[in-house]
This record gives sequence, C-alpha cells and structure tokens, in this order.
Amino acid sequence: MKNLIGIEDFSKEEINELIKVSKDIISNKEKYLEKCKGKILATLFFEPSTRTRLSFESAMLSLGGSVLGFSSADSSSTQKGETLADTIKVVSGYSDIIAMRHPKEGAPIVAANNSSVPIINAGDGGHNHPTQTLLDLLTIYQEKGRLDNYTVGLCGDLKFGRTVHSLIVALSRYENIKFVLISPNELKIPEYLKQDILDKKNIEYIETENLEECINKLDILYMTRVQKERFLNEEEYVRLKDVYILDKQKLEKAKEDLCILHPLPRVNEISTEIDDDPRAAYFRQAEYGKYMRMAIILKLLKENEK
Amino acid sequence: MNIDSIKNGYVIDHISAGQAMKIYEYLKLGELDCQVAIIKNARSTKMGKKDIIKIDKKVDIDFDVLGYIDPNITINVIENDKKVDKFHPELKEELVDIVKCKNPRCITSVERGLKHICILKDKKTAKYRCKYCDSEV
Ligand SMILES: [Zn+2]
Repeated sequence: MKNLIGIEDFSKEEINELIKVSKDIISNKEKYLEKCKGKILATLFFEPSTRTRLSFESAMLSLGGSVLGFSSADSSSTQKGETLADTIKVVSGYSDIIAMRHPKEGAPIVAANNSSVPIINAGDGGHNHPTQTLLDLLTIYQEKGRLDNYTVGLCGDLKFGRTVHSLIVALSRYENIKFVLISPNELKIPEYLKQDILDKKNIEYIETENLEECINKLDILYMTRVQKERFLNEEEYVRLKDVYILDKQKLEKAKEDLCILHPLPRVNEISTEIDDDPRAAYFRQAEYGKYMRMAIILKLLKENEK
Repeated sequence: MNIDSIKNGYVIDHISAGQAMKIYEYLKLGELDCQVAIIKNARSTKMGKKDIIKIDKKVDIDFDVLGYIDPNITINVIENDKKVDKFHPELKEELVDIVKCKNPRCITSVERGLKHICILKDKKTAKYRCKYCDSEV
C-alpha cells in the first residue's frame, strides 16, 4: 500500500509529477470535478487543526468525493480508551482514503499498519507534515517557475518547526540550493539535520540571528511562528516571540522578486502592513495547499487501485 | 553451583563493569529455570574491572540483542566442560521489544499492545532510532 507518511515516501520524480498535476488542476478545475465520485475521504483529527482539515475536505469535495470524520480527540472513541489501531481498522472499512492528524509522533505508521486504505499524514506532533512541504514546493514553483538555484532563508523557530525541517530535506534534493538559517540562538536547527542533510550533501548554509542583515540576499523567505507550546516557561516565549517580525521597513532591503512564505496561521511574525505586497505569497500558498492535496488524493487512490 | 566451571552452557565475558544486571534483564535470564551466576567487578587485565554472566544450560538465547549494549562482549559456548565456540554479538537491523523509545511524544508511549521497534541507523556507532518517531534510543 502506498501511503504518505513522510516526504521521503515520494521520490523527486513523484513530487515533480504531483506539482504537474496540481498545476493542471489549477488551470482545468472542471476536468477534475468528478474524478473521485463515489469515494470517501475520512479526516481523522485527533488534535484540532481546522485549517488543514478544511483544506483536505475542500480538496475531496472539489474532486466530487465525500468526506466524513472528526475534528478532535474528545469526539472520537479514543476518549473511551480505544487504541489507534482499532479506530483505523474500523474507519478504513468506511472510507477509501484517510487523512489523519495525531498529536503523537509516529502515529501514522501505526495507522498504515492497520489500514486497508491509504493513509495521508496530516501532521504527527512535531514530527512530519508532508502535505505542508509539498504545498510549499508547489507554491515556490507557482511563484517562481522552478525549484532549483535559490538562496532560501528560513526564519523563526528552526528548532521545533517541523515544516522547516522537511522543507530543508525536500529542497536539498534540487540543484544549487543555499540556505540562510535565521533564528535566535535558542531555536537553531537541530544538529542531526546539519550532519545528515546539509553537511552530507555539501549544501552551503549560514546561520545568523539577524533577519535584517541577510534579507537582501534571499530569493525565498520562509517565515515561521514561534509556538508558545514549545516553551517551558512564559518568559522565554515573551522574550523571543517578537524578535523576528517581518515588516515594511525590513522588506525595503529585500529583492524585488523575493517570495515570502508562511505555513499559517501567523501570530505577529509578519506585519499585516505587507500583506498587499506582491512578494507576500502566504495566502496564495494556503490556496495552493488545496490543489496539492487534490493531487495527493488522486495519486494515492490511483496507486492503490493497481 | 560452582561458578568457576560449567559443564554445558554459556559464559558471557568482557561485560563492562556494572552492565551485568542490564544484560540479565535484556536476555530475560530471570525466566530461565537453570542456574545463572552473575559475577560483578571481576579483575581483568584488559578492562580493569568487568562483569561476567554464566548460564548453566544450553538454552536458545538471542545474543545479538547484546550488540546494542556493547559489541565487545564475548560469548563462550561450553560443551562437556570445554569451550567449543566463541563469538561477539552482531548488530541486529531491528530490535523488537528490546529497548523502549523514551520520547514522551512518541506513539509508543500511549498505544497499548504496540511493539517497540528500533532500526539500526549507523553500524559504526551502533546507533538505533525508533521506527515510529525517529528519535535516537
Ligand atoms: Zn519513538
């Protein structure tokens, strides 16, 4: 069974294919209206994430399919003590494909081992969130027309930000990518990512604490929020949350064709005053997410028909 | 039991001092009905101090799990008072229910009946990672 648990489940060729299909969906929406007629997507959200869930549901509905599911653990049978394995065995009998968000890392592997239908990981704790990475790639492709030869700035919480980690993994497969890692000292990217990915593949990168000083070099700027729940104490959070705010003044120094991404929701790391700037791609990014998820659903359903 | 000699069984030698109890547990030696001797802090010219475990029966034991703890351990196989074989534990590709993932955010910490599975990631350093959450164990 082909599933999407982590970004490494798809080869570079498969990712390129997904981007191609997403682009085709964007320009020929009516062609896809009935592609999943009679199919059911189950959205099992053991942890609330309205945005991601709605994106999946909108994707399936736009393919002519139906959706069912739950949006938090309290409304699921987990509350009554049911194991994930049992929940999945039951739900895979009611659906053709499952998108699951779970607070525990590795939960999608347990799901895949117990499912008779494909599993899409819609986020497992701080571990993986592959559909986010794929939609990030689609956004870069849509906005800039290619995926290679960039200086990519990643800014904010690089320690716990899983979207940043898998974006680094995904982009490092493409030619001539340089990274500028912008974060407070406390929130630098983990050592293993430097060793296993950046150093291993001889990818050029610099680490800096100052967004303003390096913004002029960037082709892509990926902003992330500093999540409150990652901090052990309130003081640390308050001290760090406002350090990396992108505003009009900082943006003045940036390239004309910079592409600004953010996985959303934002707190205040991007000032609303730049929302109308053509370089701000984050709301378009959210919309591309739906098309990428349509392409993923189509791919997994097709692969598992064989 | 004479701890100096065993007729048929195993002598697990060159255990780093202090590790014997851990190995006793990993190999589930408590479940055996034969005699098992643990010698702690034995003198060793090579290691200074070492632990030794003697098992007084040829039972079926999966010694390869020891590769995870210390690949330098030696296992001597004894038959009719004689050492007939000697080997070091190999590093298994997969450890099932041997080590528990300690990551509190891992699915293994909540899901009942789920086996703890660790995958060998680096032979040189004998590093294992949890199959589920990828954290090092
Ligand atoms: Zn784990």
